[in-house]
Amino acid sequence: MTETAAPRSTDAPESPQGPKVADEAKRPRPTTPPKKSGIHRQGPSFLMAVPAVALFGLFALVPLFGVIAISFLDWQTVRGTVEWVGTSNWETVLSDRSFTWRALELTVYFVVGSYLFQMPTALLLGVFMAGAQKYRALLSVLYFLPLLFSSVAVGLTFQSLFSPNYGISAALSWLPLPNDWLSNPNLVMFVMVFVVGWCFIPFHALLYQAGVRQIPQTMYEAATLDGAGRVRQFFSITLPQLRYTFITSSTLMLVGSLTYFDLIYVLTGGSPANAVRILPLDMYIEGFSSHNLGNASVIAVILVAIGLALSLLLNVLSGSTKMQSDKAGA
Amino acid sequence: MARKHSLTAGISGLSITSLVALTACGDDSGDGGGDANAWVLTGGGWPQIEEDFERWNDESPEQAIDVEAYENDAYKEQIRTAVGAGEAPTLIMSWTGGALLEYVESDRVIPLTEHTGELEDRVHEAVWQNGVIDDETYAVPLNDVQPVVMYYNQEVFDEVGLDIPETWSDVEEAIEVFNDNDIAPFSLAGGSTWPALMWLQYLTDRHGGEEQFAGVIEDGESWSNESILFALETIQELGENGGFIDTYNGISAAQNEDAQLLADGQAAMLLQGSWVYATINMDFPEFAESGDFGFTTFPELEEGQGDPSNIVGNPANYWSVSADAPEEEQEDAIAYLSEHLYNDEAVDAMLDAGSLPPLNDISDRIEGTEAEDFLTFADELVAEANHFQLSWDQAVMPEHEQVLMDNLSEILSGNITPEEFAENMDSATS
Repeated sequence: MTETAAPRSTDAPESPQGPKVADEAKRPRPTTPPKKSGIHRQGPSFLMAVPAVALFGLFALVPLFGVIAISFLDWQTVRGTVEWVGTSNWETVLSDRSFTWRALELTVYFVVGSYLFQMPTALLLGVFMAGAQKYRALLSVLYFLPLLFSSVAVGLTFQSLFSPNYGISAALSWLPLPNDWLSNPNLVMFVMVFVVGWCFIPFHALLYQAGVRQIPQTMYEAATLDGAGRVRQFFSITLPQLRYTFITSSTLMLVGSLTYFDLIYVLTGGSPANAVRILPLDMYIEGFSSHNLGNASVIAVILVAIGLALSLLLNVLSGSTKMQSDKAGA
Repeated sequence: MARKHSLTAGISGLSITSLVALTACGDDSGDGGGDANAWVLTGGGWPQIEEDFERWNDESPEQAIDVEAYENDAYKEQIRTAVGAGEAPTLIMSWTGGALLEYVESDRVIPLTEHTGELEDRVHEAVWQNGVIDDETYAVPLNDVQPVVMYYNQEVFDEVGLDIPETWSDVEEAIEVFNDNDIAPFSLAGGSTWPALMWLQYLTDRHGGEEQFAGVIEDGESWSNESILFALETIQELGENGGFIDTYNGISAAQNEDAQLLADGQAAMLLQGSWVYATINMDFPEFAESGDFGFTTFPELEEGQGDPSNIVGNPANYWSVSADAPEEEQEDAIAYLSEHLYNDEAVDAMLDAGSLPPLNDISDRIEGTEAEDFLTFADELVAEANHFQLSWDQAVMPEHEQVLMDNLSEILSGNITPEEFAENMDSATS
């Protein structure tokens, strides 16, 4: 997950590059520019990629094709019969089975809701944490804690907290709080967006914090001299400089929410009345509780397709191909 | 760019990988170097089962049986795949019902009739019958009998001056009185859905007798059955008129919150399985020792056709022998079942733990145990029962279990009417 964040941090520190540039400047300039010697450079890098490519093939591509194949089969696990049924599973999932569209709708609510909650909160927290004061370092540690807990522990803890008779509503009975956090179909989606956000905001805040720390201080100094206030600096320097971090974080948030499963399963199991049975949970229930591997595989393929489409869309919208450097003027 | 794609594909592929990985999990079940093996569940009365296997292995090391423990949900998810792949443990545990029927129809388990004569004589007929299909025994009970009973808090009844309800009109009166006193008549862990199934089963049975559900399951009759519709309506009414505690949809049985409400006196009664007796003794000892903790049968429905002695619940868990296991392992497993099951030490261990073996001649041995009152009550309940109905989620074919629970959850939330429930079940099961 941190892989995408890495390029930012590696190209950022300027000091190691400094001496190199100086050395190069002393050398006599070659009359012809050095050829981009493709073979020389690509040889080792390709070999180094082999383990990654092999693992990716084994753990991502093979299962992907496997699941596509299963989506065309009627696999009766106990009877041990496997039958080719063509597009019948697809027809069932996309037309006969009313729940697929409901699950898709819920998934959209969940993804959009999670993004609207996590993105601004993580951005503001990240910017705040990037400051140098000691209390900020201390607070950063506290903010980071939720990321260290396992989803199951978080799920069980929040289940107790939201308990209608023994949870926070009962403890703070003088406050006009609802006590049906997890049992009100209209409320439970917001609760899930909040709890999942609580778990993942620290990670994204960390990304933004790192991003903010890469911004050269000189920009802020110049802006201060020009008389820009803190708000102006935030919108004119910080935000534009964070665009790569923003894209990375947004991709992870959106695709992550799309495939999010464990906490929702532990906390609600999709109930009440299937109000948070989003696609990944629906896939699990269809496959392992309803024992319908064919239909579950169709849902899995749909999820892959949406995930890829979403990621591509983000790339296109952010114009990542046009981006050259994030250091050129604010 | 390429990196971003692979990342996305990786994340999206996670779901698929897990799907395939889980499917493959049955493969490493291990044959234990030719020994027969068995999978047991963690929690509940299972420590006694594991100890019993240890004793067997000590006594007859040449016929040793390897034991592996699984958490309940993980077990349910793995066993079907393992059975289908021919990788099942020698001893296959089930709750009988639809799953056992499927195993038998697919020739995945072997008939046991000729090896179980003596055991059959010792076990309650109503419990034994669950493992019998077409006059052939395919599964034998292995642990305690688990009827669903009505627990109550005597202190709360004394407070409002009511007797424990014996009939449905008593229940209606109790609902009124308790509501006037701001006490919930019934605790219900509706958030977990399955406790509501107990209500559905009892009400259907009391209204029309055990034939109603049998007709739906065995003869493929419509779910639009007068008794089932009556039960669903009554459940929705109990939700609306304050019969159930008003937060019932948010209460989870996993944390024993429903039992806690009874122990706290926030609710007067609780319909739950016999295992809750042990839970209350362990988790709420003050209530258990106060003398206010009581248990009784489900109330009688005056107009109902059903026999009031009928009970519902889990008759027990059952062992079957895998047809895919080598003959030698099958013989070892059968030897364990016919010679060792419900031996004296195992029965004592169960009684000490407050759980009731489904045996005919158990009353003498209950005397003097710590849970004597409850065990005697449960023993009489089971012995006198005209019919013992297996929990519906186990009785239906495995692929219909989820549909049943989903629709029941919708009933509890008031999203669908009883008629819609029946329509949905019909279209799923036909």
